[in-house]
Amino acid sequence: MSTATVRESQLSSKTRLSTLAATRLVALREISTQVRSKSFIISTLITVLIIVGGIVATGFFGGDDDDEQIPVVTTGISQDVQQQVEEAGFSVTAADSMPEAEQLLRDGDVDAIVTADQDSPVGVRVIGVDEAPTAAAQQLSVAPTVEVLEAGGTDSVMRYFAAMGFGLVFMFVAMGSGVMIMQNTIQEKQNRIVEILLSAIPARALLAGKILGNSVLALMQALIMGGSAALGLAVSGQLAFLQMLSWPMLWFLLFFIPGFVLIASVFAASASLVSRQEDSGSVMTPAMMLVMVPYFVVLIFLDNEFAMMVSSYIPFTAPVSMSMRLFDDAVEWFEPIISMGLLVLTTALVMALAAKIYSRSLLKMGQRVKLTAAFASND
Amino acid sequence: MLELHDICRSFSGRQVLHDVSLTAERGQLTGFVGGNGAGKTTTMRIILGVLAPDSGQMQLDGVELGSQARSRFGYMPSERGLYPKMKVAEQITYLARLHGYSKPEATHRAVDLLSQLGLSGRLKDPLEALSLGNQQRVQIAASLVHEPDVLILDEPFSGLDPFAVDLVLKVLSDKAASGAVVLFSSHQLDVVERLCDDLVIIGDGKVLAAGGREDLRRRHGTLRYEIASEADLSWVQSRTGIRTDESHENRVVFRAEESAAQELLRDALQRGPVTSFVPVLPTLSEIFREFTNDSAPTVPQEASR
Repeated sequence: MSTATVRESQLSSKTRLSTLAATRLVALREISTQVRSKSFIISTLITVLIIVGGIVATGFFGGDDDDEQIPVVTTGISQDVQQQVEEAGFSVTAADSMPEAEQLLRDGDVDAIVTADQDSPVGVRVIGVDEAPTAAAQQLSVAPTVEVLEAGGTDSVMRYFAAMGFGLVFMFVAMGSGVMIMQNTIQEKQNRIVEILLSAIPARALLAGKILGNSVLALMQALIMGGSAALGLAVSGQLAFLQMLSWPMLWFLLFFIPGFVLIASVFAASASLVSRQEDSGSVMTPAMMLVMVPYFVVLIFLDNEFAMMVSSYIPFTAPVSMSMRLFDDAVEWFEPIISMGLLVLTTALVMALAAKIYSRSLLKMGQRVKLTAAFASND
Repeated sequence: MLELHDICRSFSGRQVLHDVSLTAERGQLTGFVGGNGAGKTTTMRIILGVLAPDSGQMQLDGVELGSQARSRFGYMPSERGLYPKMKVAEQITYLARLHGYSKPEATHRAVDLLSQLGLSGRLKDPLEALSLGNQQRVQIAASLVHEPDVLILDEPFSGLDPFAVDLVLKVLSDKAASGAVVLFSSHQLDVVERLCDDLVIIGDGKVLAAGGREDLRRRHGTLRYEIASEADLSWVQSRTGIRTDESHENRVVFRAEESAAQELLRDALQRGPVTSFVPVLPTLSEIFREFTNDSAPTVPQEASR
């Protein structure tokens, strides 16, 4: 199979991989196999379509065309009133007489006639053809000044959508990648390639590579989702919304990374306990709960300040809850930093535990490995 | 030379390896035999560093075994496994890279090796699309792609068709001839007997016997003799001090002490010309059965075929 000369030349060119290099290789494989898989490409495309399409559609059906000026014709009103009407955002045509104005209205060139009326409190009368010109009338109405005592800065619909957005993105991405990590780990264990892998690289490199690769993928997905949302908002002209989201968005990304790594470690460690896909159910449920909790917490406790405050410090819910509170502008400057510190600390701790469980149960086949047994082992 | 000294290992309080010591020389095949659950796989995993021993030392050429030396170990686990959906060449390249080869070199080696194994047409196919025999070849490639200096194979012949058996045999002999340490376990004692220069017999986590094949056969098992004569040999059966295993008119296989055997030979010579008189060395399965019967009352069927 080999000649001595070939062996000699090969000897010099290879060295034992460092854990870091091995981690990178494993991560690259995770990324490249998933990115090239049909299911990944298709599901990403569908997600982008749904998000962009959804936002554009809501913008199209829900938003009123504020910018469009209603064409009206004025007649028999003073110069002052004429100016006021123009300022109210109408495209104004002036007519010399009522019949002339009426002709314009009947021809469909304008939507309404605005004329002076002493009996009206506003001083003008609005005339339509066959139905009341409500739009024009509303624009001319006088509304009382409205004030809210506790101004949150954002309206409630927007808050609700933001909460849904943060929660959904985190849940979807974490769930998708978590299941992927779990499947890959069990698959490696089930078809025993794990023995070959472990004879080449340490278990912690395998775990770290898996987490790193999937975290990069997850972040990519989150960015794609965020990007699609931004694209949708831009296309439908709702840029103001975008500006409001940008700061909390950045925090969300910052929280997302350790938050995701935390979830990924839990999934990988859980998966290493079983040796067959059929057994994954029992270990998957607790991990899944961890992923779904943040979403439901923000939706249920959105208006409960205390619950939001508490959950914004619990590492598993922090990425979503803290982002939401940041969006509401309801935090002191040090709060996200403390919460982030707690999250990073927990993540490091859970990762260390996960590495322990992972390397100790990876080679145990057959029955589900008990957690206590995994810890008692000394590999 | 690969050496293990007093390796012990327990799993959740149950000791599965008791002071396992063995040596595997370079340039020859070392067979590792034992029943199910005897500790073969655990020992191999410990050699590979996949499991840690509780105590004991391991050396390669007199140097304590570390990760540097282990990067040149090739391993074929008993239950074969690779990524089913990954393309064949990509998979072997990946494994080569995990062993420290640069990307172009790994690719080159993978393609080369797979072509040598007759898979040049299947490089871009996912593993699961290959026939079982071809998947085995890929598995062999996986254990060889990094040009290992020490080959550890767990049941390399199980589930192989005759062509694949020949292929693996050739690979193992070539590796040994090039100066590598080759240690493999097998249930197929006839294969081990035919191939191996050295043997290690393990039972119940203890090394029961180890050494050269011929040496083991001489030292262990019951010594038997075969005598053939032109004259009728039926009288041998009724002789005291011996036990006949096989009896034909002109040929008898019997067990006896050496002096009794010599005496029998003298008597036979007086009755007629003796055409042959040879000691019959025990086969490996006999030795194996003897040991495993001593150590474990229940010998698994497949181990003692």
